Order: sequence, then structure tokens, then C-alpha cells
Amino acid sequence: MHDLLFSPFIEFGFMRRALAGGLALALSGAPVGVFLLLRRMALTGDAMAHAILPGAAIGYLVSGLSLGAMTIGGLAAGCIVAVGAGAVARATSLREDASLAAFYLISLALGVTIVSMRGSSLDLLHVLFGNVLALDDATLVLLASISSLTLLALALLYRPLVLETVDPGFLQNVSRAGAPVQLLFLAIVVMNLVAGFNALGTLLAVGLMMLPAACARLWASRLAGMFAVAVGVALASVYIGLIVSWHAGAPSGPMIILAAGCFYIVSVLFGRAGGIIRRMPARKHLEG
Amino acid sequence: MTDALRFCDLTLGYDRHPAVHHLDGAVPQGDLLAVCGPNGAGKSTLLKAIAGSIPPIGGSIERPAGAAGAIAYLPQAAEVDRSFPIDVFDMVSTGHWRKTGLFGGLSRADRGRIFDCLDAVGLSGLEDRLIGTLSGGQMQRMLFARILLQDAPVILLDEPFTALDANTTGDLIEIVARWHAEGRTVIAVLHDFELVRAHFPTALLLAREVVAWGPAADALSPENLARARRMVEAFDGGADECARAA
Repeated sequence: MHDLLFSPFIEFGFMRRALAGGLALALSGAPVGVFLLLRRMALTGDAMAHAILPGAAIGYLVSGLSLGAMTIGGLAAGCIVAVGAGAVARATSLREDASLAAFYLISLALGVTIVSMRGSSLDLLHVLFGNVLALDDATLVLLASISSLTLLALALLYRPLVLETVDPGFLQNVSRAGAPVQLLFLAIVVMNLVAGFNALGTLLAVGLMMLPAACARLWASRLAGMFAVAVGVALASVYIGLIVSWHAGAPSGPMIILAAGCFYIVSVLFGRAGGIIRRMPARKHLEG
Repeated sequence: MTDALRFCDLTLGYDRHPAVHHLDGAVPQGDLLAVCGPNGAGKSTLLKAIAGSIPPIGGSIERPAGAAGAIAYLPQAAEVDRSFPIDVFDMVSTGHWRKTGLFGGLSRADRGRIFDCLDAVGLSGLEDRLIGTLSGGQMQRMLFARILLQDAPVILLDEPFTALDANTTGDLIEIVARWHAEGRTVIAVLHDFELVRAHFPTALLLAREVVAWGPAADALSPENLARARRMVEAFDGGADECARAA
């Protein structure tokens, strides 16, 4: 049992790093995911994750697989797409979702092109799916910093962010915080996607945010409960994903997201706050 | 008596299409004013402008009583996301926003005030309920409780009684009457003329411009109402022609 559950982390440094990095990501990504879910921005998160790619790819083009360059590039690209899509939505008849889709499709194609022209297909895989087993010290520090900063920022923005989500009109009436809070929240999302990008890659980074958040919605009916469930599911997914990938020889990043996926399926079936089985008696009652 | 609000040649609209033209006049402090008029007459637009949500295209709104901060505003079918997991107490407590701001806490007295306001709208005992479980009437009572808590000298209500049963409407009218008795200025957009004549001393009949403004019974005379309808229809007629041409 001990061998099965703990020895990979005791014996191998890279497994410990992967665990530490993954837990840091889970800790901040899950609450961000809860807000994305409640603000009906689940797909926005996905789109933003793809939008980061060309920036990271240009960073890669300039200085190879360098953490700093790819992170700065990713942050810049994410912000440009977020602001650009918003500007197009305001200036034209296109809605925000349509302009965001256009921006992220262009970004994804551009990013894949840049990486493929310069690097190997292995590099491309790394960019698309990350490599949580290859986290170096600098990346770990980055993940931990982003995680801490995110939790601090969410704590400070909590009140206006909640009110901006549940009743934006009222917030506008009593305060000027609405627009800056929206922008800061987008910045937090981009920051966490860039962090997730380093470990899970551009295609899966959003998985550790949205899947735990979706589980949380199905178990908890209050906000505090949702945060607790989401963080718990995310942390457990990281551990389970790593341990399964180790024993099964499967890729780690996708296994982490698959573990979260299993939690999601269980939640859809059994969730106490809106799962399928929970809802069935109510229907019978109506028939009777 | 001083004025709570003064409109000077006020023109309002969206995307350069004016919705309210050249409005002049003043709302005295402590007035209980009903804003009436056909659909598309610019009633909601006027309230939004007073609340400060949309800037005037021309002219100005003077608010001698203070900045837009002293105005509580209940929009038409408030855009509350009812699926959000927040309970009634927390939702009403946002009415303390001007006091607490982004970070301030609630004192024991503040919490007491919240319970008092919930009691006043008949929602005692429901403070722990999620807002998604409230009926339409309870929802509107909750939003009235929040306005009570805001304690603003000027209160704007956009169709506050639409789709409510007689019982709820009666209770909420009583609260409006109390605000009036306390000397607050209340401006409400309403469609029910009977209700206006029964409870509102003054009325403003709007059809993109002022048709009548004065004692409710005079302002809402049959002649004035017919004139207001014709004025808005004439405007819409132009829109129809454009649609046919397209």
C-alpha cells in the first residue's frame, strides 16, 4: 500500500515537483474556475487558454523552451486577445462570444504554425499538452507565486466580484468598481492559464479549473461550499492523476484531467445539488 | 421647498437616437412622482439618466441633494442572476455598500438593520434562503428591503409592481407611502393609472417629451392620455416606413 501510494514521490524528485506544482495550480485554479462557471464564462476560459498559445510560441521562437520568455509572451497574448475581443464586440455588431472565438482560432493556428516551423513535433506536444513531470525550480516558483497572488487577489476582490456576477446593475449604481473588477478578473484568469500552460499545456490548462468547478456546482448549493469542493476535487485529481500515470505509464497531464473527469461523472450522477439521481424522486412525485 | 432634481433642456437617447426630448422641470424634495406614458415613451431612459447610468446627449440633470450616490435605483425586472448561490441576508446586506465599501465589515447594528428591513417587507425567517428559491413577489420584496437599507433621499423605481399579485403590491405600496411620509423623493414608472391616481400626488406623462406634469388626476386626463398615445404612434410610424423600405 505504502509502495503504491507514496513511494513514487519519496523516491523521485521529479514526481515531488510535479505534485507540488500541480497542487499549487489546483489551489488557485479551482476558485477561479468557480467564478468562471458562475459568470457563465466556462467557454471563455477555454478560448483564452488557446489564445495564449501564439504569445508563448513567439517567446519560444526567441529563446527556446525558456520559461520566462514563454510566460511573458503568453501573458501578453492573453491580454491582447481579451481586450481585443472586447473592443471588437463593442465596436461592431459581433457579439463578444463570436469575436472571442475568432480571436482564439486565429491565435491557435498562429501558435501551432510558429512552434512547428521552428521546433520538433515533440516541442509541439509539450506546448499543447504541457509536461508536468519536467517542472524545474524556476517554474515551481512561478506556479507558487501565481497561486499565492491569485488567492490574495480573489480575497481582495471577493465582494465586488460576487456582486458584479449576481447583480451588475446594482454594483454600477453604488460603485465604480464594476469595470476594473471585470478586467482584473480576466487578468487573474490569464495568469492562471499561463501557469496551467506550463504544466498541462494550452489545451488542458483550463481543465483543472472547470471540471472541479462543475463538480462543486453539483454538490454544494452555497458559494463557500463550492470553493471547498472545487479545491478538494482539484487537489485530489492532481494526486490521483500523478499516481495513476506513474503506475500505468500513462501521460501525467491528461491523467490529471481524466481524474477530474471521473469526479465530474460521479458528480453528474450522484451530486446532491442537482445530480441526475438526486433529481429523479422529484419527477416521480410530480407524476403521482 | 427645495428641489431634489432639476432637468434643464434634457435630451436622452441611445446610439444618437433620442428617446427623451428637451425636458425642462424640477422635482421638489419629498415629491412622490409617478412617471407614466406609452411603451417607448422614454420613461425607463429618464430613470436611468437620473441614476447616472447613461449620460445625457444634451442639457443636464442637476442634483442639488448630492451626487448620484444619494440615489437608490430599482431597475425594471432587476438583472439579478437568480441561479447565483447567495442567500437573502447577504443579498440585502449589499444595500450597506456605501457604508462598507469594498472591505468594510458589518457592525452588530448594521446586521440588526438588515433584519429590520427584512421584517418590514415581510421576509422575516427567510434570510437563509437562497435567492433562487424565492418567488417573484418575494424577490421584489427582497429588493425593496435592500432599498430600505440604502436609506437614500431619492428613490427611483422602474415598474416596481409589474407581475406582482395584489397582496404584494399592497404591501410594497405601503413602503412607498412610508418613504413619502419620511420626506424622501420617490419617482416611480407605473402603468396602472388607477394605482397612480390613488397613491401618487403628482404625475409626469411622457411621450418622448412632456405631455403633462402636475397633479396626478389632471396629468392623466383622457385627453392627455390620447395625445400621448398619438405622439408615440406618430414616431413609430416613421420606423414602420423604414422597415417596409428595407
